[in-house]
Amino acid sequence: MSTFYFIAFLSIFFSILVISAKNPVHSILYLILTFFTFTIHYILLNAQFLAIVNFIVYMGAILVLFLYTLMLINLNKESEPVKPFMVKIAAVFGGGVLAVALVSSLKLIGASEPVVLKDPGLGLVKNLGKVLFNEFLLPFEVSSVLLLSAMVGAVLLATKDPKEPKATI
Amino acid sequence: MESLTNTIQAVPLNHYILLSTIIFSIGVMGVLLRRNAIVIFMSVELMLNSVNLLLTAFSVYRGDAAGQVFVFFIMALAAAEVAVGLAIIVMIYRNTNSIDINVLNRLKW
Repeated sequence: MSTFYFIAFLSIFFSILVISAKNPVHSILYLILTFFTFTIHYILLNAQFLAIVNFIVYMGAILVLFLYTLMLINLNKESEPVKPFMVKIAAVFGGGVLAVALVSSLKLIGASEPVVLKDPGLGLVKNLGKVLFNEFLLPFEVSSVLLLSAMVGAVLLATKDPKEPKATI
Repeated sequence: MESLTNTIQAVPLNHYILLSTIIFSIGVMGVLLRRNAIVIFMSVELMLNSVNLLLTAFSVYRGDAAGQVFVFFIMALAAAEVAVGLAIIVMIYRNTNSIDINVLNRLKW
């Protein structure tokens, strides 16, 4: 039980560091740590398939994409302007108001039952595969079309236009 | 694995909702706070992940596997969104030599 609270503290701590780090590369590294704590949460919930997919897709693919983009576009001090102080205060205040509203609406529900694992095989690949290919077969195929169109769109967007010789990269 | 999953037996569902709320709010703050477009994207990833964790907790709580399938779809969606979004950011950087979102204020109003 105390494992959950320790990992929850770590995920909140690292996610605060993500948005407060000055250097974007540090931000990405803290985001990797945050996603690692989420993987531990999934393991604690016995969602083993999601833990492995989170590890591979988020920490392996998406964050490498972020790092490559960040290194490709060569940030320096001039391209990282800071917002004025009042805007920062307003941003933190707005996020805090959202958090307080959600938490206080949660208080109205009252005490909740503990999360008990009724079916130990719930998050395993075998069970999830049965659900995925029986009930969610059409969304699964549509998501493959989505990924294909995203890939084609990304290639089209990032390809340099050959008719413009004055592109700066 | 059995002894590991026994550690969650006493965590109330409210605490999972609380954790997800806090991380979602941190993501909202990051979107409002930063001007670097890539950091804004990372804050959006934080929000998506907090919802993923909440869906998984609900799925375990109800004993229904559909929630974890939804998380799988959200992950596929996030991968597609990041690919297209980072391509757009690279294109903006090529045209304006900056990824400051205030350059894009022609989209305002």
